[in-house]
Amino acid sequence: MAEHKEARGSLLYLDGVTVSFDGFRALNALSLVLAPGEMRAIIGPNGAGKTTMMDIITGKTKADEGEVYFNGDTDLRTMDEAQIANLGIGRKFQKPTVFESHTVWDNLNLALKKDRRVFSTLFYDPSAEDVARLTEILETIRLADRRDELAAGLSHGQKQWLEIGMLLAQDPKLLLVDEPAAGMTDAETEETAKLLKEIAKTRSVVVVEHDMSFIRDLGVKVTVLAEGSVLAEGSLDQVSANEQVIESYLGR
Amino acid sequence: MITTALFRALDKKAIWVVSAILLVAILVPLSNLVLPVGHPLRVPNYLVPLLGKYLTYATLALALDLVWGYCGILSLGHGAFFALGGYAMGMYLMRQIGDRGVYANPELPDFMVFLNYDALPWYWLGFDQFWFALIMIALVPGLLAFVFGWFAFRSRVTGVYLSIISQAMTYALLLAFFRNDMGFGGNNGLTDFKDILGVSVQADTTRAGLFAASAVLLAICFILCASIVNSKLGKVMVGVRDAESRMRFLGYRVENVKTFAFTVSGIMAGFAGALYVPQVGIINPGEFSPANSIEVVIWTAVGGRGTLVGPIIGAITVNAGKSWFTGVLPEYWLFALGGLFVFVTMFLPKGIVGTAASGWRALRARSISSSASEGSGVKPDKPQNPASPANMQPEAGE
Repeated sequence: MAEHKEARGSLLYLDGVTVSFDGFRALNALSLVLAPGEMRAIIGPNGAGKTTMMDIITGKTKADEGEVYFNGDTDLRTMDEAQIANLGIGRKFQKPTVFESHTVWDNLNLALKKDRRVFSTLFYDPSAEDVARLTEILETIRLADRRDELAAGLSHGQKQWLEIGMLLAQDPKLLLVDEPAAGMTDAETEETAKLLKEIAKTRSVVVVEHDMSFIRDLGVKVTVLAEGSVLAEGSLDQVSANEQVIESYLGR
Repeated sequence: MITTALFRALDKKAIWVVSAILLVAILVPLSNLVLPVGHPLRVPNYLVPLLGKYLTYATLALALDLVWGYCGILSLGHGAFFALGGYAMGMYLMRQIGDRGVYANPELPDFMVFLNYDALPWYWLGFDQFWFALIMIALVPGLLAFVFGWFAFRSRVTGVYLSIISQAMTYALLLAFFRNDMGFGGNNGLTDFKDILGVSVQADTTRAGLFAASAVLLAICFILCASIVNSKLGKVMVGVRDAESRMRFLGYRVENVKTFAFTVSGIMAGFAGALYVPQVGIINPGEFSPANSIEVVIWTAVGGRGTLVGPIIGAITVNAGKSWFTGVLPEYWLFALGGLFVFVTMFLPKGIVGTAASGWRALRARSISSSASEGSGVKPDKPQNPASPANMQPEAGE
């Protein structure tokens, strides 16, 4: 694929992305550039297009207009979800979606970065290396003592962690995380922020979040979305001081 | 690679089931052939092909369960693969009649003489050879399942829409096979079989052999299904069943997983149909009727979908019930079947085997926790996961 000039050097490059659903512009000429290794928080009122943006990046929704590049040269618009996931883009949903009828271990094992084709999956036999990696992740997400329990029996917070663990097992270059702290207790929220910061050391992370104290905990560059486009970008203090942002979101 | 898969398939439970099936494969024919007529333990002649038929139904239900119970694809057209396998076998059996038909034509089966065919249609060529028929038994249903799956799963047709088009598929085949100029005997289908592999299909020894073959087929399909559902692919299938889009975001090609399961299932159903035909002595377009495919769903639901033993038990009990019921109260069978389906859906959503298994687990959990609580004074845990169709769990290898 031909390299895209403006996208060169970036991990994720969105330019002028527009999506409409039945006349409603969910995204309106949205542009966003993410550097390799960067962690970014995205905030915005309901309906600002945060989830739609994630849908565009992961291939669930196709953009009507605009450009979407990964790694500077890979056009994501022509790929489907599985291809994009295999490029190294992982996604965590707002509602924890783990496989409830599988054990914690099997959930992680399914996510582990391995050949995803049908026959290699059929004849897959875990190597000692795989087992070690999964055990390490289990420790990280603090679920080591529940490895053989069904995911259905986990608490809400534990399911969120299991899902983060699955993303770790997937070993993506870019991680998209949708409201990781939703429905968590304060202690859990703090732990989650720590976990995400740990993860962000080795890869790029985009976090969509409503919880301002959580974003303060993360301490990263913030992008404010409103009505499908970028309203402001900068540190949390900078955007909090921005008149437009206060008007559309913070100062309600 | 394959040996590890096989080893994984044959856990303790699976070995029990396979041994039981193989024991039946030996004991029933032995009792029929060796014991004198009138002996209380002898399986009477009429019962051997009837039981053999149940075993082919059990294989069909197992095939459906692989896609429905484990992969969430509710096919309402699985009878089509069964019937296609049956037709392939029927064509072989027709060619074995030779010049012993009513019209004594050495080249053409009776119905072709009757319909003024001058020559054998090209698609009948080769069916005088058993090996060729055997290949077709796997190839025709397998190819149909593959092509159907390829298009349906690629276009992301799921849920009730998939059920409807699978039903339409079997209905279309029903209409096609009814036509005389299709060259498959039209309304009457293929019947009046004489020989299979050089021996009479009517002979007691042949019937006993067909019964044993049906049991062995069931055992092979069971091992195959167990090796699939116990593998990582089996877990991927269950993941697709429970959260399809999540599986895509993990990078799995859901359509390929589904097409694989559907094709394997179609081939198993085809072999089941092939052994069904010589035991009942006829194959006609009625086998494609949508009602047949729906019955398979009921057997599987009654036995317990998402378990491997469930569909086998379901197919055998429901069909044994049908044989008995249609003898006693023939007009009311369909009402009884409908009532059974409603009862199972409402009160046994996991089917006979699923309910028994979770009852057993709850009982064991209670006895463990009560013995633990005696010492420590801790309250016993509540049993987890109440039965509901939504959180049905696979009982791999049971």
